[in-house]
Amino acid sequence: MSLRNEPNLISLMEGTGSDILKCMHCGVCSGSCPSGRHTSLNIRRLLKKARNDAGVLSDDSLWMCTTCYNCQERCPRGIGIVDAIFEMRALAVREGIIYPEHRKVGELLLEHGHAVPIDEENMAKREALGLAPLPPTVHSFPEGLEEVKKLMASCRFDELMSEK
Amino acid sequence: MANLSLFLGCVIPNRYPGIEKSTKLCLEKLGVDCVDLEGASCCPAPGVLRSFDKATWLALAGRNIALSEELDRDLLTICNGCYGSLADANYEVKEDEQLKKDVNSHLEKIGRSIKGDHEVRHITEFLHRDIGPEKIRDIVINPLELRVAVHYGCHLLKPSKGRVGSSFERPVFFDELVEATGAKSVEYSDKMECCGAGGGVRSALPDEALALTGHKLSMIESAEVDCIVNACPFCHMQLDVGQVDLNEKTGTSHNIPVLHYTQLLGLALGFSVEGLGIDLNAVVNTDFLMKVLSE
Repeated sequence: MSLRNEPNLISLMEGTGSDILKCMHCGVCSGSCPSGRHTSLNIRRLLKKARNDAGVLSDDSLWMCTTCYNCQERCPRGIGIVDAIFEMRALAVREGIIYPEHRKVGELLLEHGHAVPIDEENMAKREALGLAPLPPTVHSFPEGLEEVKKLMASCRFDELMSEK
Repeated sequence: MANLSLFLGCVIPNRYPGIEKSTKLCLEKLGVDCVDLEGASCCPAPGVLRSFDKATWLALAGRNIALSEELDRDLLTICNGCYGSLADANYEVKEDEQLKKDVNSHLEKIGRSIKGDHEVRHITEFLHRDIGPEKIRDIVINPLELRVAVHYGCHLLKPSKGRVGSSFERPVFFDELVEATGAKSVEYSDKMECCGAGGGVRSALPDEALALTGHKLSMIESAEVDCIVNACPFCHMQLDVGQVDLNEKTGTSHNIPVLHYTQLLGLALGFSVEGLGIDLNAVVNTDFLMKVLSE
């Protein structure tokens, strides 16, 4: 199934609690959006587009949201706007619509259990501060990293991050 | 007082280890019972990895919470992003039995389970509620005469659902903690706005992220402060490295020191700039260092 041919994106977003059909387009979300002041993100328009156009999944502005939650906190109808953004992004990723840099973040997590793993420069900084070169995270506990990898396999995150 | 396990996340131990060091020094000075949460992973990052797949996000967050539950300790975060992921995941699991079953169906494959019987704390929320600004003021030996731009960051306060914090519009607890060190929290325009890094924007759309950062920095600069104090290493990185990036790309001359709250508190408790890793930032402002050293 291609989502771009799916007539009703809303049905795919059911269960997110976001209920974007309740939107009365007052614009409080756009007016509250720090990203929208500086980028092309218009959160109100994005939600409107999501009502009937699965093309929203490849809309560049979908990824300009910093997930600050101002819109969601201030929405007079209590719509889970950021929750809806998360769901749309997840649907996009399942369609293979993902920035290479984001795929890289996913790959780092799969390999190291950290989205930002340690490097030589920072191991030296740690030692200069009197800390162990490797922190007491999965970096120091290989069996912990194995657990994390098992969980990601159980959720099929490895398949999600592979090239489509 | 709560027994705590310290959750480090990724950016603190792997990019700004001075924040890890200063946290440990401050907690020890305050006599807080806190141990490392050994074997923890990425929280995982709320904006970007939560965007990719909720089940993976919940399973990994669930494991981190389960590790802390096994120690019979509340989990202490020193990063807004980690707090966002772990507090939200903990809340969702507590509220939704079916969701808890789903998470545990993954966790049982590694012999663990999440019960939802402990809390996820943030260092500023913990210091304000369990220690209190007055007690902090009492043990300060080096009151700081600094003008500070406090940056709360988004995920410390939002989503407010399930959080114990105050108003997300006009919070004061962080300002009170800063003022307990002797410093003055200076008002500035758009104080509650985002640093620009979250939601995977920094990683994939750096120019868009910098547009937000540049605005925030210009507002802070207008307030003529000595430094920025934050509660999140990801905001810390964006506001610190972002200054260097903006100076290179747009010809600005930003030079504002950026400190995590535990580094500011560490200075007030008598620890050195080097011991707290404040000199390991991308921005090293010698005027600020001279001012702090002379105090």
